[in-house]
Amino acid sequence: MIAARGLTKHYGSKIAVAQLSFDVRPGVVTGFLGPNGSGKSTTMRMIMGLDAPNAGDVTVNGKHYHDLPWPLHEVGALLEAKAIHPGRSARAHLRMLAETNHLSLRRVDEVLEIVGLASVARQRAGKFSLGMGQRLGMAAALLGDPEVLLFDEPVNGLDPDGIRWVRNLLKGLAREGRTVFVSSHLMSEMALTADEVVIIGKGRLIAQIPTDELIAQSSQRFVRVRSPEIQKLKTALEDKGATTVLEEDGSLSVRGADEIAVGELAASIPVVLHELAPQSASLEEAFMELTEDSIEYHGAPTTGLFAPTGGGA
Amino acid sequence: MIATSGMLAALGHHVLRGHHGARLLVLVVIVAAIAVGLILAARRRSARRPLDDTPVTARVHEEPVAARVGELGVSPAVDAVRTPVLQNGNRSEQAMIPSRKELPRGRYGISGLLKSEWTKLRTVRSTMWTLGVTILLGIGVSAIATAETRAHWLTTSPGNRAGFDPISTSLIGVFIGQFAIGVLGVLVMSGEYGTGTIRATLAAAPRRPLVLVAKVAVFGVVALVVAEVVAFLAFFLGQALLTAPATHATLASPGALRAVAGSGLYICVLGLFSLGLATIIRHTAGAISAFVGILLVLPLIVQALPSSIEFDVRRYLPDRIGADMISNHGFPGTFSPWIGLLILCGYAVAALVIGGLLLVRRDA
Repeated sequence: MIAARGLTKHYGSKIAVAQLSFDVRPGVVTGFLGPNGSGKSTTMRMIMGLDAPNAGDVTVNGKHYHDLPWPLHEVGALLEAKAIHPGRSARAHLRMLAETNHLSLRRVDEVLEIVGLASVARQRAGKFSLGMGQRLGMAAALLGDPEVLLFDEPVNGLDPDGIRWVRNLLKGLAREGRTVFVSSHLMSEMALTADEVVIIGKGRLIAQIPTDELIAQSSQRFVRVRSPEIQKLKTALEDKGATTVLEEDGSLSVRGADEIAVGELAASIPVVLHELAPQSASLEEAFMELTEDSIEYHGAPTTGLFAPTGGGA
Repeated sequence: MIATSGMLAALGHHVLRGHHGARLLVLVVIVAAIAVGLILAARRRSARRPLDDTPVTARVHEEPVAARVGELGVSPAVDAVRTPVLQNGNRSEQAMIPSRKELPRGRYGISGLLKSEWTKLRTVRSTMWTLGVTILLGIGVSAIATAETRAHWLTTSPGNRAGFDPISTSLIGVFIGQFAIGVLGVLVMSGEYGTGTIRATLAAAPRRPLVLVAKVAVFGVVALVVAEVVAFLAFFLGQALLTAPATHATLASPGALRAVAGSGLYICVLGLFSLGLATIIRHTAGAISAFVGILLVLPLIVQALPSSIEFDVRRYLPDRIGADMISNHGFPGTFSPWIGLLILCGYAVAALVIGGLLLVRRDA
C-alpha cells in the first residue's frame, strides 16, 4: 500500500510534482502513466525517500520510507537501470545491498537465477547491455522479497522476450497480493499489464481509474455500421440524438449510441445491416486525449517541413 | 602534476642539502605524477566500458516467475515466513487481505552497513589500484631516496652528513602515497554518485548519517592499516639500505617511532579529509582537484603572502603538518607534531560533518 497526499516538489521555480494524491493498492498492478517529464520518476524518488517533498506526504505501508526498520524486506525498487558501479560484478552489487539488510548470499544467488543473470553474475556490470542492467535492477528489487514493489520504466531496453517476462513477473507479483507500482510512458504496455492506472501530466494528477474503465470512458468509443441504406439509418440515428459521421469508405461512425441501440433501431425501421462493430479506442488514444494539455515537451510539427512551398496563403 | 611542491621542496632541502637532493626531488615528483595519472586512467577506462550485447544465456521467462519468488526463502532469519497468498483466487479478495510478511527483529544498523561498505570497497578495482600505488610508491620512493644518499655518502660534505636525518629520508615516500590514499578517499564517496549506486545504497539504508559513519569507519581502518604498513616497511627498508658508514636510525632512536607511526596516522586522517571533501563536492574530478589543490597549490599561494603572515598561515596547512610529523628537526614556527595532527583531525571532522549535513539535506 502506497499513499500519497498532496505531494509537491519543485526544483527552483520549476514545479515537478504538484498536489499529487493517489493510492496504490495491494493485489493489483498499478500503472503510473505520464508523458516524459511529467514527474513520474520524481514521485518514485519521493516515495523512496531519496528526494524530499516540498509539501505533502507519502507513506509505504503506513510508514515514511525513512522509518522502515528493514527497507529492503518491505520495499523493492528498480529506479534506474545501470545505476551500478561499472567495475563491480552483478553479484557483488547485490551482495553489498543484501548485507545492509541482513539478507543471505543464498538469496543473492536466488534472485540472480530468477532474473536470468546467474551465468554472468561474476562479470563486471559495466559490460552489461541495457536489458541486462534492467534485469539486475529487477534482481535488486526482488532481493528482500518485499510486499511493495516500484518499477520505473522497467521494459526500457528489453527485447520482446524480456518485455513479456517483465509483464508476467509484474502480474505474478500482484497475484501474490503484493503492491506493484510501475511507471511507463508506453500506454500500450500498460494496457496489457496494469489493472489500474494513475495518470499524471505536468506533475498533476489527471486520473486514477481502472484500465478498462479508462478505455470505456474515452469519447473515442463509437460504433461502426455498414448498410446498403445508410442514409436512412443515419437520419433515424440523428433523430434519436446520436452523432454520426459518414466515413470515406462508406461506413458510418456512430457516437452516443451503443451497438445494441443501433442494432435495435435498425431492426425497427427495418434496415439491413452489413456490419455492426463497436470500436474502442486504444489506451494510447485515451491517454493522449487526457494528457493533451499537459505535454511538457512537444515535438516540432513536422507537416510544415515537407509541405509544398508554392501556393501558400 | 605540478613540477614542484612546497612541502616536497621544504622537505627535500631539509633532508638532503645539495644537488643530489634536487635530482631526487625531480624523480619523486615524476613518479608521483605517473602514479596519479595511472589511477585516473584506470578509473576512466573502467567507467567507459562499452556496452556488450552478449545474450543472457540462462533466461527464466516462461513459467510464472513470481510464484517462485514467493516460495524462495529470504535468509535463515526470515525463512519459511511467507507463502503466496492465493493461487487463482479472485483479485478483489486478495486486495483485501494482503499477505503480511514477518520481518526480522529490530532494525537494520551499523553492522550490516559495515559489511556492505567492506564489500563495496574490495569489489572495485580502483581500491586495488590506489592501495597498490600507495604501497609501491611509499616503499619504492623511500628505498630510492635512502639508496641514493648512501651511494653519494662518501662525497657528501661533513656539514651535510651531520645534518642528515635518516628517519625522514626513509619516510619520504609516504608523502607520495598520501595522494593515492586521498584519491581512494574521494572515490569511496564520489564513485557512488558518479554511478548512481548512491540511490541503491540510500534505498537500502535511508538513515544517511549511518551510511557515512560506516564509510568513514571502513575506509579509515583500511587506510590506517595500509599507511602504517607502508610507513614501517619504508622505515625498515630505508634503514637497512643506509649501511655504514652512513648514519641510520632504529625505532628506538629519538622521535623515530613517533615519525613512523605518526606518518601513517597523518595519511589516514588526510584520507578521511578527502572523503569529507568528496561528500561535500560529490564529483570525482572536482573533489580530487580540491584535495590536490589544498596539498600542492595552497602552499604556493601562501608562500606568496608577505612573510609576516606567511608563517602564521603556513603552519596550519596539511602538507606542513605532515612534514613536521616525519621531521626530527622541526620547522620554524610550526606546531608540535601531535598538535598538528590534532588540527588535521579538526579539518577532517569539519569536512565530514559539513558533508554529512549536506548528505542529509540534499536530494540523492
